[in-house]
Amino acid sequence: MLAILFEQGSDGRTYFQWLLSGLGWTLTLAFFGWWIAFAIGVTIGVCRTVQNRFVAALARLYVEIFRNIPVLVQMFLWYFVLPELLPKPIGDWVKQMPPPWGAFFPALVCLSFYTAARVAEQVRAGIEALPRGQSEAAAALGLNGRKTHRLVIIPQALRLIIPSLTSEVMGIYKNTSVALTIGLMELTAQARQISEETFKTFAAFAAATVIYLMLALVVYQLMIWIDNAWKIPGTAQAKQKERRSLFARMPERAST
Amino acid sequence: MSRFRTFLLAAATGVLSLASLAHADSPTLDRIKANKSISLGYREASIPFSYLGADQKPIGFSLDLCAKIIERLQADLGVGKLNVNLVAVNSSNRIPLIQNGTVDIECGGTANNKTRQEQVSFSVATFVSQPRWLVQTSSGIRSAADLKGKIVVVTQGSNAVGFAQAISSQGNLGLKIVQAKDHAESFLMLNTGRAEAFLEDDILLAGLRAASPRKDTLAFLPDQYDRIYYGLMFTKGDTGFKTIVDDVLSKMMASGEFTALYNKWFTSPIPPRNEDLDFPMSDALKERVANPSDAVSN
Repeated sequence: MLAILFEQGSDGRTYFQWLLSGLGWTLTLAFFGWWIAFAIGVTIGVCRTVQNRFVAALARLYVEIFRNIPVLVQMFLWYFVLPELLPKPIGDWVKQMPPPWGAFFPALVCLSFYTAARVAEQVRAGIEALPRGQSEAAAALGLNGRKTHRLVIIPQALRLIIPSLTSEVMGIYKNTSVALTIGLMELTAQARQISEETFKTFAAFAAATVIYLMLALVVYQLMIWIDNAWKIPGTAQAKQKERRSLFARMPERAST
Repeated sequence: MSRFRTFLLAAATGVLSLASLAHADSPTLDRIKANKSISLGYREASIPFSYLGADQKPIGFSLDLCAKIIERLQADLGVGKLNVNLVAVNSSNRIPLIQNGTVDIECGGTANNKTRQEQVSFSVATFVSQPRWLVQTSSGIRSAADLKGKIVVVTQGSNAVGFAQAISSQGNLGLKIVQAKDHAESFLMLNTGRAEAFLEDDILLAGLRAASPRKDTLAFLPDQYDRIYYGLMFTKGDTGFKTIVDDVLSKMMASGEFTALYNKWFTSPIPPRNEDLDFPMSDALKERVANPSDAVSN
């Protein structure tokens, strides 16, 4: 069934190469999108927990806006609506960006901001999950608010939320498929294109599905490694997670 | 129980072999006769070929042609009035639905070409289209040569993707091709200045332009490319069915009924908004009306 992938497409490349180029855009978008989302997400997440009410309210506003608007709509707003709101010369410059960058950057901004809102909520949850004793002890040691956050609170919170961040990493690269609506030829768009050109719908989407699945497994394994490398030694959580690798055997249960 | 099953099997085989005697070469006719119904595929927004009218019922040029075919089938098959099932199809599923027998005949606006002929069969040409460039008049672009190095838009999955690449490389234009999700979005890209030109079948562009509130700001470029022949689509290799369909269409073309129907949909106001596509019959189609044929060039 997948033999179709090695046939030549209308532009002289094989369909397999189409998928690979789509995969390239998917990965590029997900990779850069993730690091921007992580940076913004941690900042906003911390802002949500600070004493200053104004900052906390702004952070909350950010989260509510970007988390509650469907990502498809956000994509449309960044791509079609934003250039119309900008001053005309800047708007025209944005619109005339050569492809695929004209679609790539709005997609990058859209996915980063959307994912950042989700990451921020998890960072906040991670910070709130820490016992109050941690910040009280830091205060007793004479650390000020900023140092307490930087040295004590945030490092621990981030370690706590690594498992839930795994879902976000998987989420962002699956959400890259939404970028096809603004014309970025990523993996799903290429699969669609192959299906339209050859009418072999099942083969095209089966190949895309397998690639997405393999990516998911790679991300999962990667996050397990990160989780293990950063675990806080001696905690119950760390012990529990010791062997959760995809390839690890299930721990043997003590027989009763 | 098992005897009953054997009986059923024998009965079924008998019916099947009788039916296949009647129309040895047409699974579609067999199916229509056995079910006393025919399934028409229609498009929801393929103006004016096949689209939903004001009351959400499918109407259009192709559906009017199909109505004539149904009249003929009722007379030929002698099964009385056929039930007509209307099935909405889109550009992705229309071919699979023909292949698996869900749809007996597609009454839409589908281009006949050699790749598609490997999957399905087509009637004689009912329309001839050409890919054309639509541009904003304010852009100052007068011909395809002016598009050199500019951003142009085509719709993902349409024939225009390949055409645009060919035009770009043959004319050494270095076009920057953007692919939008659907025609509406491609049209939006043209209107917002994201792209300088939109390449698509002329009739489709005429429809989008007629519906646009700013139709006077949009113009076609004079450049003309390969002809694309549209036809009604049905199961591959079903010669029995094709003979009837082609005969109905050819007779309509000879009698002038076809031209009258064309004028009704293409050069006069049509529902739902009483817009006139103002798209007179091209010389290419006139030639096909004079000599009905399903030949294609690519």
